[in-house]
Amino acid sequence: MKILTGNDLKTGQVVWWTGEYWSLHVNDAIDVGDKADEIAKREEALRNVNVPYAIDATQDENGVRPAHIKERVRALGPTVRPDLTLKPADPAAGNWVI
Amino acid sequence: MTDASFTELVRLRDDEASDAPAVTVDSFADQSNAGAVRIEPGDDARLLLPHLDHVTRVEVNFPSFTDGRGYSAAQILREAGYTGEVRAVGDVAVDQLGYMRRCGFDAFQPEVPMNEADVEAAFTRWENVYQKTSDGRVPIWALRHGEADG
Amino acid sequence: MYKYDSWDQQMVDTRVEEFRDQTRRRLSGELPEEKFRPLRLMNGLYLQLHAYMLRVAVPYGTLNGAQMHALADIATKYDRGYGHFTTRQNIQYNWIKLEDAPDLLADLAKVEMHAIQTSGNCIRNISSDHFAGAARDELIDPRPYAELMRQWSSFHPEFSYLPRKFKIAVIASDTDRAAMRLHDIGIQIVKNAEGEIGAAFYVGGGMGRTPMIAPCINEFVPLDRLITYAEACLRVYNRYGRRDNKYKARIKILVHELGKDEYTRQVEDEYAHMLEQGVEPPFAELERIKTYFADPAFETGLSTEVDRSDPDFALWVDRNTHPHKADGYVSAVISLKPVGGIPGDASDEQIHLMADLATEYSFDELRVMHTQNIVLPHVKIADLPALFAKLDAAGLSTPNLDQIDDIIACPGLDYCSLANARSIPVAQKISERFAANGKGAELGQLKLKISGCINACGHHHAGHIGILGVDRKGTENYQLLLGGSEAEDTSLAKITGPGFDEDGIVGAVETVTDVYLAQRTDGERFLDTYRRIGMAPFKEALYD
Repeated sequence: MKILTGNDLKTGQVVWWTGEYWSLHVNDAIDVGDKADEIAKREEALRNVNVPYAIDATQDENGVRPAHIKERVRALGPTVRPDLTLKPADPAAGNWVI
Repeated sequence: MTDASFTELVRLRDDEASDAPAVTVDSFADQSNAGAVRIEPGDDARLLLPHLDHVTRVEVNFPSFTDGRGYSAAQILREAGYTGEVRAVGDVAVDQLGYMRRCGFDAFQPEVPMNEADVEAAFTRWENVYQKTSDGRVPIWALRHGEADG
Repeated sequence: MYKYDSWDQQMVDTRVEEFRDQTRRRLSGELPEEKFRPLRLMNGLYLQLHAYMLRVAVPYGTLNGAQMHALADIATKYDRGYGHFTTRQNIQYNWIKLEDAPDLLADLAKVEMHAIQTSGNCIRNISSDHFAGAARDELIDPRPYAELMRQWSSFHPEFSYLPRKFKIAVIASDTDRAAMRLHDIGIQIVKNAEGEIGAAFYVGGGMGRTPMIAPCINEFVPLDRLITYAEACLRVYNRYGRRDNKYKARIKILVHELGKDEYTRQVEDEYAHMLEQGVEPPFAELERIKTYFADPAFETGLSTEVDRSDPDFALWVDRNTHPHKADGYVSAVISLKPVGGIPGDASDEQIHLMADLATEYSFDELRVMHTQNIVLPHVKIADLPALFAKLDAAGLSTPNLDQIDDIIACPGLDYCSLANARSIPVAQKISERFAANGKGAELGQLKLKISGCINACGHHHAGHIGILGVDRKGTENYQLLLGGSEAEDTSLAKITGPGFDEDGIVGAVETVTDVYLAQRTDGERFLDTYRRIGMAPFKEALYD
């Protein structure tokens, strides 16, 4: 699947396109199919997102998993600071990245 | 967006703007009687120096504002004593105006018109400067040591 | 240390307002990202993996207590309670909001600090010897020259859109603690045969994709021509540096392609011209700056005795202090490399503590080292036990300066959008491995440097042992390099062979240190043994 990501313009937070809004959680991301450019252009013009781009991902019962490690680090947070990731209570969350 | 007025040509000179067409540096070598010449980033501004007497305007093109060779070109012209118009053209934006003026540019013709209030701010914001350049402003080091006239 | 006058303060304040206006235009949509990006970078603001990152300049690595406190306050107020000290002697914050950045910069300006030119294709923060003004072996304090160049390079109108970034280092001792010859311009303040002070210019060094050691292009530039000569070096680069390929745009490629002699000839021609332009500040300006760097009031007749009864303290003194020019003093290094820790990171509380310790024990002065540690430059030997006790209580007493666990590591793929692999976990595992196996203590000086990509922010080319993280078909892979040095015996490390995975690279580092331990002769460092026996024995142990 193709999912759309970028950063919030004001805060810089990593965000994912849900079909209606930009979420902090990659699991909310939807398959944008061939609409990536269209959505990206529109949302960037509205300043809802900064430098959006589409990436490859897969989806299974555990959720959405970006294909590239860099995007998985973006989705979670720094593996060396579990307390600052989106899953601070899960010390093993970093394993998902690798 | 608020009501802003936009400008396509900013000129800091009192003389009449010349409408002579600008020739390239290469063709200038063959027709050095041309009244205006246009420097591209890769051109050597020093090649023009012997022939600038009757040139009323030198355009320095910025195909991309991140290519800073034109700043050196303008400085070289001014250091050689050229007093005609030096005009920045191309990808010129309000955030470059202050630096360009300090390097001797005195006219600006951007591809995209600039907000006049932003232009005014760009020229007035920096009350003092650290370097001596061809714009003749007195650098801070000269002010510190009582050289108010530079 | 240097203190702003009203003009310096006005420049920094004006930049805050200019950036506030640029940010406003970005947030309102007047400025699209592609136009804003170079403007924010020129003020140290990146968009990284998780958020905006702000790099704050620490000119030539020198700070006072109030500035250090302000850095801690910024970590608390605008970030997530910590900062990261970098290989450019700066500090960066990883979680900054664009909408907060102008206020943050205004807070910095109140303590005479800024983020000016900490990124972008301009002249960057000028680095220097972290023991400047303190080291016993220096000719003269190099920082006044660095400050003169800081002012000259700030908002330089001709050199703000260079082909690529431009880094300058200024040192003044034969021992190079600033990787001077790996800079775009390295300046060594020297004394000539007539006893006059001048500057040797080394131009065209750098790390990155194509590492090069800068050749000396002028052995003696008179001090009242320093700015003029630098201006000539920069103008030749601005006009003729390559702009067709960003990987060939650094000045090292220009110097290499033209050849040192031809580049030097062009600089000398431009210099002759620039001498007519009156760009040099008067000598009185250098003298004015120098007054700010006068020695603090060192006491005399102090004891140089150290009570070595506590072995932990004695080890820390042996490893983490450096000889001082005033008898009875040393420079003390605060390691930001605890075993298993993140190299260069410090919490807001730790930064506050270091600020307090500087005020109490070091004439209110601190330095940031390019090795991502902190220096208290002027500590009375008699105060060392008390200082050590306070550091120890805060987890800041790791006795590992220049040891294998004093690792330089870039932020890597945990934070950086350019990285191909994570650097920090590798550093953590190596320091843990050598703490556990007990071999670390036997190794002596061993500089290990890790970069998460070819851009080499972790100085891997200059490591006695270097590690380069690469992306191999979507997984992290690590190349091992041996034999580099950033010091006065500058050399570039060579790759051993095929790379390793994360656990493999930790084992590979242990393997090469075992070769060293088996082969070394008395007094040899790892680097010396490598230089004597060459790559072959290490390769054999790694791959056969």
